[in-house]
Amino acid sequence: MVSASGALFLKGMLLGSISWVLITLFGQIHIRHGDQTRDHEHHHLRPPNGKDFLNISEMPFMELGKSIRVFCIILGETQDEMYWPILKETWPKHCDKAELYATKNDNLFNIRIERNDKWIQMRKTYKHVFEKYGNNYNWFFLALPTTFAVIENLKYLLFTRDASQPFYLGHTTVSGDLEYVTVEGGIVLSIESMTRLHRLLNNSENCADQSVIWKLPEDKQLAICLKQAGVLAENAEDNQGKDVFNTKPVVYLIQKYMSNNPQQVVEGCCSDMAITFNGLTLQKMEVMMYGVYRLRAFGHHYNDTLVFLPPNGSEND
Amino acid sequence: MASKSWLNFLTFLCGSAIGFFLCSQLFSILLGQQSNNQPNILHNDPHARHSDDNGGNHLEGQMNFNVDASQHKDENTDIAEHLYQKVKILCWIMTGPQNLEKKAKHVKATWAQRCNKVLFMSSEENKDFPTVGLKTKEGRDQLYWKTIKAFHYVHDHYLEDADWFMKADDDTYVIVDNLRWLLSKHDPKDPIYFGRRFKPYVKQGYMSGGAGYVLSKEALKRFVDAFKTDKCTHSSSIEDLAMGKCMEIMNVEAGDSRDTTGKETFHPFVPEHHLIKGYLPRTFWYWNYNYYPPVEGPGCCSDLAISFHYVDSTTMYELEYLVYHLRPYGYLYRYQPALPENILKEISQANKNEDPKVKLGNP
Repeated sequence: MVSASGALFLKGMLLGSISWVLITLFGQIHIRHGDQTRDHEHHHLRPPNGKDFLNISEMPFMELGKSIRVFCIILGETQDEMYWPILKETWPKHCDKAELYATKNDNLFNIRIERNDKWIQMRKTYKHVFEKYGNNYNWFFLALPTTFAVIENLKYLLFTRDASQPFYLGHTTVSGDLEYVTVEGGIVLSIESMTRLHRLLNNSENCADQSVIWKLPEDKQLAICLKQAGVLAENAEDNQGKDVFNTKPVVYLIQKYMSNNPQQVVEGCCSDMAITFNGLTLQKMEVMMYGVYRLRAFGHHYNDTLVFLPPNGSEND
Repeated sequence: MASKSWLNFLTFLCGSAIGFFLCSQLFSILLGQQSNNQPNILHNDPHARHSDDNGGNHLEGQMNFNVDASQHKDENTDIAEHLYQKVKILCWIMTGPQNLEKKAKHVKATWAQRCNKVLFMSSEENKDFPTVGLKTKEGRDQLYWKTIKAFHYVHDHYLEDADWFMKADDDTYVIVDNLRWLLSKHDPKDPIYFGRRFKPYVKQGYMSGGAGYVLSKEALKRFVDAFKTDKCTHSSSIEDLAMGKCMEIMNVEAGDSRDTTGKETFHPFVPEHHLIKGYLPRTFWYWNYNYYPPVEGPGCCSDLAISFHYVDSTTMYELEYLVYHLRPYGYLYRYQPALPENILKEISQANKNEDPKVKLGNP
């Protein structure tokens, strides 16, 4: 015999289960719909291929590499400051300069930032970085503390691009009629985009928080803001059309590839010139440093146009 | 009366919350989604064999990264191809019927094809995979039997097809190009074998089974000869130790497989276990077993590493990707090892007028 309140409880459970099913279904439909519109208005950016190299000046290869100066912004929260000394010794060493911007930097920003106000943090960070470093760097790469980046591949992607054009690159997603770069994959802005962004941010009325009911994520807000200045997002891919900015770790992409393609022999999951993977712990970062910058097969030689030297005084790369 | 309806409302709300939560948990369990944190499986016994797959990390499909040749149009593999001809390696992989789909399949899809010849050794023959049937039983205690029979099989059928004979497990990842670089400095007519050298029990040391080991042609001949003349027998079921004892008896030298900076090339664990300081506890057997001073951190592992062990199916593909695909464009690697003189001469002769140094560039 089920009591009256027991029956009520069970009815509640039933309602809860049904509402979960409905919400998940709607979520799936929305994502699928998003994927379909992706193909129509997609902006793609690919690295230079053979022909592009012929137009390049006679500059020696090492000089060519030096003409691209990348400033790396690692956007984190207070607890990330503890790990910064360790993280700094991994991939950020390959940036021309790298800094952590965490919410605790009260002296950096005159007001205290609410823990959840990521858009305000991002705005202030971009504004500050432009003012302090805008003269010395021509590309600005923003990443989360859980993202691993191969800066050499970023420079390869960028080096025939004119930084005085408004570039806004990364792993893009479409939401309605807005195409935006997802922060998990890393956001690349040229100096021209930074300049236009700064012009907007100088007036605090521009690019205000667009959130209505729930908080709009900061990467979407950035896209809305940049759109006002005529800067549009582009998805970066390699010459085979594979994404080079990844929002997940390698292992996840491998597993996803395998479960979607259960037949015998399929293509690889990820680009040879991948730039980012996200969702890594500090330990996995160390493994990636070894896997990317050291571990290789003897006897395989590449005819690369650019030359990048290893950073001074480190042994993990 | 009001409080009773409140209570009813609360009960209803609780029920719906729990129903919601339970449903999402049930669904994620059904999908078999794993969390990102892999359990720390520390293998407590150097001679421990792997229990048959902990948890459902089975990859259903297969991946071939090398299908799209256009990805590598900037790549020059002359040296690798030259070594393929010069240093012939036969690889045999220790597996079993229950592991063909779970493990051996992924070995076959990744590194195995780079050997000059590859054989999958199992207790039973399987014509489709294919595997060689050694007519043993399966199990931990059969490992040395399988090893003895496998080497005998290779000796009887393929002795003239290779110079070097490598044994690996179905959870070992081998970078065959780097193995060729190591072996190019040695003569297969010398009685020598290489692997991750351990020091206990055998005076000259013995090679870890899981990290893989490779015998010269002369070493293989002496191994088979030892059993014909009863100098070696199935003395124990601890495969790598028994092999090491037999090698010592037959005067086969335990070689030093470290690179020119002294870094180890054969590894008994996956890269993470070696690269992260403190990952392997101080009390772990490993620290007392290593023949050479063990190193943790970046100095643990050579850039030209040859093997890793306890590699699950996903990590097979991850290593394949990191070694043969993902690379930092234009990067001038710190470690620039050279080829031995005799091989250099051959390559320069093969290229006639071309300067061999230009070809070598960034190996």
